[in-house]
Amino acid sequence: MRDLSSDLPVRLEGVSLRAGATTILDRVDLSIAPGAPTLIVGPNGSGKTSLLRLCMGLATPSEGRISWGGRDALRPGRLAMLFQRPVMLRRSVADNVVYGLAKAGLPRKQRMARMEEALSRVGLLELASRPARRLSGGEQQRVALARALAREPELLLLDEPTASLDPAATRAVEEIITMASQSGIKVVMASHDLGQVRRLAGEVVFLVRGRLCERAGASDFFDRPSTLEAAAFVRGDLVI
Amino acid sequence: MSDSLSAWELIISGDATLYAIVRLSLAVSLSAVAIAVLVGLPLGAAVALTRFRGRTALIVLLNGFMGLPPVVVGLTVFLLLSRSGPLGVFGILFTPLAMVIAQALLVVPIIASLSRQTIEDLWHEYRDELTAMNVGAAGRMATLLWDSRYSLLTALLAGFGRAAAEVGTVMIVGGNIDGFTRTMTTTIALETSKGNLPLAMGLGLILITLILMINAAAWGVRVWSEQRAG
Repeated sequence: MRDLSSDLPVRLEGVSLRAGATTILDRVDLSIAPGAPTLIVGPNGSGKTSLLRLCMGLATPSEGRISWGGRDALRPGRLAMLFQRPVMLRRSVADNVVYGLAKAGLPRKQRMARMEEALSRVGLLELASRPARRLSGGEQQRVALARALAREPELLLLDEPTASLDPAATRAVEEIITMASQSGIKVVMASHDLGQVRRLAGEVVFLVRGRLCERAGASDFFDRPSTLEAAAFVRGDLVI
Repeated sequence: MSDSLSAWELIISGDATLYAIVRLSLAVSLSAVAIAVLVGLPLGAAVALTRFRGRTALIVLLNGFMGLPPVVVGLTVFLLLSRSGPLGVFGILFTPLAMVIAQALLVVPIIASLSRQTIEDLWHEYRDELTAMNVGAAGRMATLLWDSRYSLLTALLAGFGRAAAEVGTVMIVGGNIDGFTRTMTTTIALETSKGNLPLAMGLGLILITLILMINAAAWGVRVWSEQRAG
């Protein structure tokens, strides 16, 4: 599935996104290169989801330019995205993963082995034959992770994947994300959970009202935030 | 068929004429539903997944056509198939084939309309995920049809119910010819007007029982497979 050319870095230059009169993202410049996880943080409505959707090619910018590895179009199959509420197909857990592999063009013979490997990586192999939509929220998110990771993406975009999960399920998901990152997959994840950002982030991109307010390494962001908004956010004050 | 026998006696004794009528009715309605599925499902899926000028009008039209008066459809097909009509050369008026065509016309809007709604709802749920997985147009349609198959079964049943119960179109385009195009519903209408109430009631009971059985079987299939697929 991999070829030599890469879709990284994903580069956003002066990207704005508008819906009617509302500005969702305002002139964002950002480059996403291989490395430690990038956490996109900010209050609700700050544009985190839209930023991820733009990177995934699910939305097109109203202004500005996005490029993937220097090209204007992303090539299918190299990027994967997880949504806040996992979308489970009305099929078994195994078939959900196999479906993703089939659509990524993996030859039929290799799909079963890859599916089993992916499900055991997220600890769900014993649930393979269960209907995916009957699983708990945390298990569904792990199935979505297995489906995404089985495709061996170069870049994994995650939109607050643990927002509605309990601590145990959150930890399970975070462990998988860490594992994926360590295996060389670039992780970009939206979150508004400060604890989670501390646990996972290599670098932090801080959005406020659609503008890129601050971008820093995780330790710098928490120890020496350079903007008032970031300082307030790190303190746990309400940033609106 | 003796007029003096009661409805139950006719059913239990396995009256040959009566069962021929039942067989013909089922064959006509099931064929009509099969054709309507082949036309209506892709039509419903296409309308659900594409945006074009006049789409809303088409949806309203399809919804409205779910209530097409059978006699009007019968009349239209009659005019098309009659000797002097555009399709008269085929000589299929007053044959079971004409009845299949007419019933299919009644059922297509039901299946297209209900499947469009079902598929569109599922598409709203799947859209981001399938787009993220880079699934093409044909793949989307196949995925949505497959994943909504149990809900689509309901659309099929509604279509079958409509076809099996209607009397207007088959009366007009079939002609209610004894032993050839006489169905359960046309027999019931005829025998009732003749005053042969036992036979009419017997057929009525059979018709209701068949529709209930088919619905029960479909329900069973749905419950069973939903437990497996979620």
